[in-house]
Amino acid sequence: MFDYMTLRLIWWGILGLLLVGFAVMDGFDLGVAMLHPFVAKTDVERRVSINAIGPVWEGNQVWFILGGGAAFAAWPPLYAASFSGFYLAMLLVLLGFILRPVAIVFRGKRDGLLWRKVWDWLFFVSGFLPSLLFGVAFGNLLLGAPFHFDASLRFIFEGSLLGLLRPFPLLCGVISVVMIAMQGAAWLAGKSQGALAARARRIGALSALALVAMFLAAGLWIAVGVEGYRIESPVDPAGPSNPFGKEVMRGTGDWLLNYARFPLTALAPAAGLIGALVAAVLLAAGVNRGALLASSVATAGVVTTAGFSMFPFLLPSSSHPGQSLTVWDASSSERTLGLMLVAVIVFLPIVLAYTSWVYYVLRGPVTEAAIEKGDDHYY
Amino acid sequence: MLEHLDVVTLSRLQFALTALYHFLFVPLTLGLSLLIAIMESVYVMTGREVWRDAVKFWGTLFGINFVMGVATGVTMEFQFGTNWAYYSHYVGDIFGAPLAIEGLMAFFLEATFVGLFFFGWNRLTKVQHLIVTWCVALGSNFSALWILIANAWMSNPVGAKFNPQTMRMELSSFTEVMFNPVAQSKFVHTVSAGYVTGAVFMMSIGAYYILRQRHVQIARRSLTVAASFGLASALSVVVLGDESGYTAGESQKMKIAAIEAMWETEPAPASFTLFGLPDLKSETTKYEVTIPYVLGLIATRSFDKPVEGIKPLVLRNEARIRNGLPAYHWLTEQGGRPNARLPDELEGSMRDAGYALLLKRIRPDIENATPQEIHEAALSTIPDVPVLFWSFRIMVALGFYFIALFAVAFYLSSRRRCGRPWFLRLCMLSLPLPWIAAELGWIVAEYGRQPWIIDGVMPTFLGVSSVPAANVAASLLAFVVFYTALAVVDVGLLIKYVRKGPQGPHEPELEAGALPEAQPAYDASR
Repeated sequence: MFDYMTLRLIWWGILGLLLVGFAVMDGFDLGVAMLHPFVAKTDVERRVSINAIGPVWEGNQVWFILGGGAAFAAWPPLYAASFSGFYLAMLLVLLGFILRPVAIVFRGKRDGLLWRKVWDWLFFVSGFLPSLLFGVAFGNLLLGAPFHFDASLRFIFEGSLLGLLRPFPLLCGVISVVMIAMQGAAWLAGKSQGALAARARRIGALSALALVAMFLAAGLWIAVGVEGYRIESPVDPAGPSNPFGKEVMRGTGDWLLNYARFPLTALAPAAGLIGALVAAVLLAAGVNRGALLASSVATAGVVTTAGFSMFPFLLPSSSHPGQSLTVWDASSSERTLGLMLVAVIVFLPIVLAYTSWVYYVLRGPVTEAAIEKGDDHYY
Repeated sequence: MLEHLDVVTLSRLQFALTALYHFLFVPLTLGLSLLIAIMESVYVMTGREVWRDAVKFWGTLFGINFVMGVATGVTMEFQFGTNWAYYSHYVGDIFGAPLAIEGLMAFFLEATFVGLFFFGWNRLTKVQHLIVTWCVALGSNFSALWILIANAWMSNPVGAKFNPQTMRMELSSFTEVMFNPVAQSKFVHTVSAGYVTGAVFMMSIGAYYILRQRHVQIARRSLTVAASFGLASALSVVVLGDESGYTAGESQKMKIAAIEAMWETEPAPASFTLFGLPDLKSETTKYEVTIPYVLGLIATRSFDKPVEGIKPLVLRNEARIRNGLPAYHWLTEQGGRPNARLPDELEGSMRDAGYALLLKRIRPDIENATPQEIHEAALSTIPDVPVLFWSFRIMVALGFYFIALFAVAFYLSSRRRCGRPWFLRLCMLSLPLPWIAAELGWIVAEYGRQPWIIDGVMPTFLGVSSVPAANVAASLLAFVVFYTALAVVDVGLLIKYVRKGPQGPHEPELEAGALPEAQPAYDASR
């Protein structure tokens, strides 16, 4: 169907698509969780906040699970290296992903004030922690992580959890937090009414402006203060998946080389900046649907900016740059990539079709009246 | 004690713990989702509101259980990367595909529609909502299918080939992976075990209500549905069970020999050991009580084929270790280079390279292993015999018990006599049994293929990540604390909602003191 090089490129795109899907779709779930104790003050408001994502968070979370599955199947060395390398960070992300579903389902199942307060704050943690750590992880991808492989291609990580918390990745973590807060607020603004919606719009507009400022700051940092990576030796894009046998150099500003080489990629950071600005304006103006769209475009722009900057790198090694994982040397076999592509072509449109139908059925805001009447009382 | 625990032991403990914990919720999800879909079908066909109340009630319990299944399932998928990185790298090309397809084809379906199941009652027509419910049931069953295809591959790694250029296994035939005989039998066995779990759950809670004379209308209907569905499922757990998979693959041979505590090869027709005390030191089983012919039937589906014993299998494994050494030697010299090509004369040796790797646990420079050490490595291919022997027997006994229980329930409910107090109490006491059987089933399946993480290809101890033991210990501790707290909350909520019972106006209470039998024979279609 396609040759090995094209398949690898397509799978790099699919990984990006899944990450964007996760950031956009699960982003508003995580965002609502993060904002929950701050924007929703009364018990009824908090039920509205939870019910705003109640019917859809489970489906949205599959973007994350599928992203993991796709990395496992299409980029096994990347999956193995990043998950074991960032061991404790991943553990914290997982704790967030265990907490969130149970907080949503368990909170309303008892009446006690303390019971609900505890779950409200655990709900916050379950949104905040993964959002922060995903950003930190992306920051570390851009800086590179200290690792190498032994002769049997066993991955050996030389860093630690605290080593991940450097200034630049922390900035990326904060970018991720404000981006997801913006996305959550934009969703909640459209799904609620009255004071709750007003608070969501205000906090969403502020998050969007913060995103613009920090995204610009990170761009500047990458241009003048972060060493990027580039491959110096000839590359065989159809070669075996083996990270040995290439030469990689580092240089400040190298992460911007792709934008000169492929000028169209500059659309990604532009979408990030303009999307966030438009989202801020539309949130302030109370145009909920437009704000959610703009916020989603901004989110997609920010995620793809990181991907375009690093191409063809997936996980650079700061201690052994030559063993960095790239699109050309860290994929599955041609047969697996081809087979999985067929599965994606068959099933992804079906998934998108029924997901759209579900959103269509559930359209419209969650009203306090409906909650008091007990119509949507499951949570 | 902790200082003796290395990364391998800790990682295995963590995986076993999280898998067994996850599997507390999975069987009930599989069973209840289907039972709920069946009940809602009855509701749509008859239009009687009492069935809708029943669906909503069981749906609430389903939701509390389902969310725990989701929360603990995420951990499972990512643990391959965090704790078993070398395994993931080595077989991700094959093993990752069913996991990804599971997400795409099954989990999206289940997770997208489960929200609509709860929130869609007022927004969908009856038929639309019924379709949504069936999609949830279908999704969870498809999930099980793909996960078990992946899981079965670890016991019987078909359709894969080692590539010396990338130093890993790569896919050679996806159809072989999909139609792996071990996967097929595992799927049927596991989902029907889930159906039994759902049916016992429904029956015992229904029995509790009838005994207390609360919610009797819903309880009796639930009991009737659960009894007939459970009987069919319990029969299929045993009849279509795991046996047909036993003959496929080397690890299954060793597994069945260990389950049987069968040290020597049993000449045909092999007999089944009903009881005995396996003794590891003397490599014999004492006080055996055997049933002639039965094992031959189970393991080979014939009376004329012998079933191989542990000792001859160990001897064969010893030969395979020796045979695998030349390929290993070549790999350490040449492998991992992008232009490496395996010489033809080493093809045969390559098939046994995984066996040579067993020596790694004994000495790093395995090429210099002594005959003693090779024998020691071969002995390490025997799984834990007493644990398997007893786990299997308890599981099978429970399987037959479920058939009997459902048969009685089916008989009584078809004669409208399921109000008998002894029977109701028996149902209630049976509540924990399916979980015991299911967990023992996993112990037999997974502990039974040790020392292999992928049978004959990679020993478990080699699959781990290179992470500090302290990190794994910390995460293990976090999971124990976290999961225990969640289990307490979850069980507490289930009990609370069972006590509260079904909510709805269409559910007339019996008058106090009236035994269910004393009521006029009820109309099951109502």
